[in-house]
Amino acid sequence: MSDTREHSALPPYTMDIEAVAAEWIAARSDTASWNDAESAKLEAWLAESATHEVAYLRLLSLWNSADRLAVLRRPMRSEFSAPVSARKGPFLRVAAVILAILAVGSTAYFYSHTPTERAYATRVGGSETIMLADGSRIELNTNTVLRTRITPAQRWVALVQGEAFFQIRHDAAHPFVVETNGHRITDLGTKFLVRNQGERVEVALMEGRAQFDFSDRRTQAHPTVLVPGDVAVATASAISVTRKTTQALSNELAWRRGVLIFDRTSLADVANEVNRYSGKKLVIADPEAARLTIGGTFPTRNVRTIAEAAQDFYGLHFEDHGDEIVISR
Amino acid sequence: MLGGMTETLDTDRESAETRRPGVAVDAAQLRAWFMHEVVPLEPALTQYLQHNWRNKADIADLRQEVYVRVFEAARAGLPERPKQFVFATARNLLIDRVRREQIVPIEAAADLDALEIAKDLPGPDRNAIARDELRKLQSALDHLPPRCREAIVLQKVEGFSIREIAERMGVAEPTVKTHLADGMRALANMVYGSTDRQGKP
Repeated sequence: MSDTREHSALPPYTMDIEAVAAEWIAARSDTASWNDAESAKLEAWLAESATHEVAYLRLLSLWNSADRLAVLRRPMRSEFSAPVSARKGPFLRVAAVILAILAVGSTAYFYSHTPTERAYATRVGGSETIMLADGSRIELNTNTVLRTRITPAQRWVALVQGEAFFQIRHDAAHPFVVETNGHRITDLGTKFLVRNQGERVEVALMEGRAQFDFSDRRTQAHPTVLVPGDVAVATASAISVTRKTTQALSNELAWRRGVLIFDRTSLADVANEVNRYSGKKLVIADPEAARLTIGGTFPTRNVRTIAEAAQDFYGLHFEDHGDEIVISR
Repeated sequence: MLGGMTETLDTDRESAETRRPGVAVDAAQLRAWFMHEVVPLEPALTQYLQHNWRNKADIADLRQEVYVRVFEAARAGLPERPKQFVFATARNLLIDRVRREQIVPIEAAADLDALEIAKDLPGPDRNAIARDELRKLQSALDHLPPRCREAIVLQKVEGFSIREIAERMGVAEPTVKTHLADGMRALANMVYGSTDRQGKP
């Protein structure tokens, strides 16, 4: 032991940093316990020195690549029966009618039932921002239909289908109510995202406070008060609330910038998501391939970039048939 | 001899300064760049360092030092040609070390010039890189200690959560994370082609 460095290839200093970096990445992979507080501690550790940062990025790079080991998964579970294809929701007929109207040319249109009621729609791949007279702002995502009714007594919005991000100016005298699929969100001064997926409704609260309940008064359920970070998922009979990190929430809003952000998302879910935005559909023909996960930032308007990523990452094959891209092994 | 090397050093520094003009790079962009452009060069970088430095025990330390220098420099603007930039940095580092330690390894001095030939070779296509890395990952996985391997397979191949892995392996959740962290370091060293065994638990 004349010279310890002859025996231990890494000087203790470098080795310790590598060990700590690895611990952080392992901790981060535990989605059940990872939260904003942990994330802030990690950022503080990274900010201490570039030595920490490069050790971390080196291992993270490896760890992300290791996601592609998922191709080794044996075909075993039978839960997968049909290939994933474009989703056909119950609102397709409504959408078709509205799209026919839209063919006139504008990305959004409105008509009036009464002087205070208006309807807005976006086509597949479109988006639209509505500014209300009170300064509130509603951003419509792809393939979305929304009605507003603003009266002296109340501000009321129905999300008929699709997804919208609300930034509401609070006014205690005029509560802002969003109804969607039998559920009601009453704002108490807030920013929130509502997505109507037909069979389920998802509400994510970014800022402020909002009350979430059933709009049908016969359903005797206690209203749920949402705080920032809460994501409520509601079906016809139940509401469940989970929490997401600030990062995960901001990823859900990436469509406002024209991109979609995935983090270890299965190709099946990726296809469902991106197909909301695109006339050209992504089809995962192989059930095992549909379970593979990818991550990254992709443009909402170009499904081919996802097929290319799947090819690069897992060596999957894809064929571009014009109206759809089919991914197989 | 040192005089000659100082000259090399100066011209090299100049060529290394060819970066995209502009203001400071934002943190997320810098991290993504480092992971996608710099880390994949590690097998070649390790090989270069091993070839040009006598004391093999220093390699990992030198590699980290190259990374730190590259990362710090890239804060001011991402280098246009990452490969050239990384190898110029490595070369400057070796020269600095030689000067500091007052020793001149003959082979290092000889090969610093040979670097010029290798750096402009066109890289293999992206699919080939992806397949190669997958193959390396699979074979590295086989060389992990059994418990590390089991934890990584359960997470990365089967997609189980930490809690589920702990149940299946019959250990506490922190133990699972330790296995993952140890396995991760060993995989990195095998996949990125470092020949020494550090990080292997």
